[in-house]
Amino acid sequence: MIEVKHVNKSFGKTQVLKDISATFEKGKVNLIIGQSGHGKTVLAKCIVGLHEVDSGEILFNGRDFCKMNRVERTSIRQEIGMLFQGSALFDSMTVEENVMFPLLMFKKMTKKEMLTRVNFCLERVNLTGRNSLFPSECSGGMQKRIGIARAIAMNPKYLFCDEPNSGLDPKTAILIDTLIREITYEYQITTVAITHDMNSVMEIGDNILFIHNGNNWWTGNKNNIITTENLEVTSFVYASEFMKEIKDSITEKNKNK
Amino acid sequence: MKLIEGFGKYFLMLTIVFRTPEKFSVFRRRLFEELEHIGINSIPLVALMSSFIGGVIALQTASNMSNPLLPTYTVGYITQSSTILEFSPTIISLILAGKVGSNIASEIGTMRVTEQIDALEIMGVNSLNFLVLPKVTAAVLFFPILVIFSMGLSLAGGWIALVLSDLSSTETYVYGIRYYFEMSNVWYALTKCVVFGFIIVTISSFYGYYVKGGSLEVGRSSTQAVVSSSVAILVANFLLTQMILLS
Repeated sequence: MIEVKHVNKSFGKTQVLKDISATFEKGKVNLIIGQSGHGKTVLAKCIVGLHEVDSGEILFNGRDFCKMNRVERTSIRQEIGMLFQGSALFDSMTVEENVMFPLLMFKKMTKKEMLTRVNFCLERVNLTGRNSLFPSECSGGMQKRIGIARAIAMNPKYLFCDEPNSGLDPKTAILIDTLIREITYEYQITTVAITHDMNSVMEIGDNILFIHNGNNWWTGNKNNIITTENLEVTSFVYASEFMKEIKDSITEKNKNK
Repeated sequence: MKLIEGFGKYFLMLTIVFRTPEKFSVFRRRLFEELEHIGINSIPLVALMSSFIGGVIALQTASNMSNPLLPTYTVGYITQSSTILEFSPTIISLILAGKVGSNIASEIGTMRVTEQIDALEIMGVNSLNFLVLPKVTAAVLFFPILVIFSMGLSLAGGWIALVLSDLSSTETYVYGIRYYFEMSNVWYALTKCVVFGFIIVTISSFYGYYVKGGSLEVGRSSTQAVVSSSVAILVANFLLTQMILLS
């Protein structure tokens, strides 16, 4: 479980995160949603330590990440897997080398053991036999799956996904969402995903945190996000005319009942 | 103010770079890769530049030796001195600042803008140590080899140019090279090139690592890396000459 308590973060005079508190549960897909530029990615980067918070606490199973020194942080980071928006695969390495990289750096394993683990991870994301390809030879969806394989190679306790299905067609996006959900449930990982995609929200959002202007504006799940009357949330969820029409028809049906 | 801030950031970066590598076997593998990229891949350029400029130095010196009071071996002596003292360590380093420096800045800069460095950091890897230390080590180890190679080829280029132009005989040229040859000059040149190698790699890595933006900024940082490395080489050359030759 990850707990964020009263986190504040500013860049210069702009305060991006304002006293945010949230809990991300183990074995569930926790989504952070909200408009662009409202602090979602900054919050995720603060949690993984890519940005230092100005004040507040970030607890990984009770251990305060903000108060840790570099060595302690390194040990926590080995429990974290992250899937980046652009996959962030090492482009000079093959698929196999990419997935093997964290094992090579931190595990005392023989080459054979590492290869077995790499093949297992690639099989888990349906990329068996693609070991020798380079990232540039793979499609966007494949790159995301390689990113997931690399993220789970170290058996992480925490998985972070930054817009996991941005730039993907709807079918591949659902594939990636399903994969994230399956991995989360199977290995009981605390997954935190940032997304704009309402399909993802409805598909995998066990817990949802809506951030607005750097504030924790609303928390809930995929069931009650549809019925909430929070204005900011509804204007985000029903942003398009098409979604508004669907909402109206649902409301009308409910009235007729 | 920005300049002072930049210096501070650069020296802070160095304190993170020079830490014990997380895994020595990975460092060793990366070091061999960098020896190839920075060192071996620079051999053709160094060879080409050295032989032609060596030839030009010898020809220009010979063309200015019209005074009959000057001994004929002076051409060899001047070619040797200019090559060892200045051309091989400094000019070759300036050329390598263009080739190696821009390469390093764009490589690390691209890794920064495509979040590959963030990926390393999140895994718990000291990205500066992982990326920069093998490059610095490779440059510091291989630059002296490149410079010795350059000295040899430059002197050979001078010899070929003089003999082909019938401006000197082999014996006179070789006598000139050996005349008043001081080994301390070679050590001075090697000390300089080790410092220059360090400057090129660390400054270029600095510009690449802290780049912000996209591909345009990566290109700009690459240019800035070459310019700053070249200026730093010229300043360091002056200071080292003061310290070593005139102390």
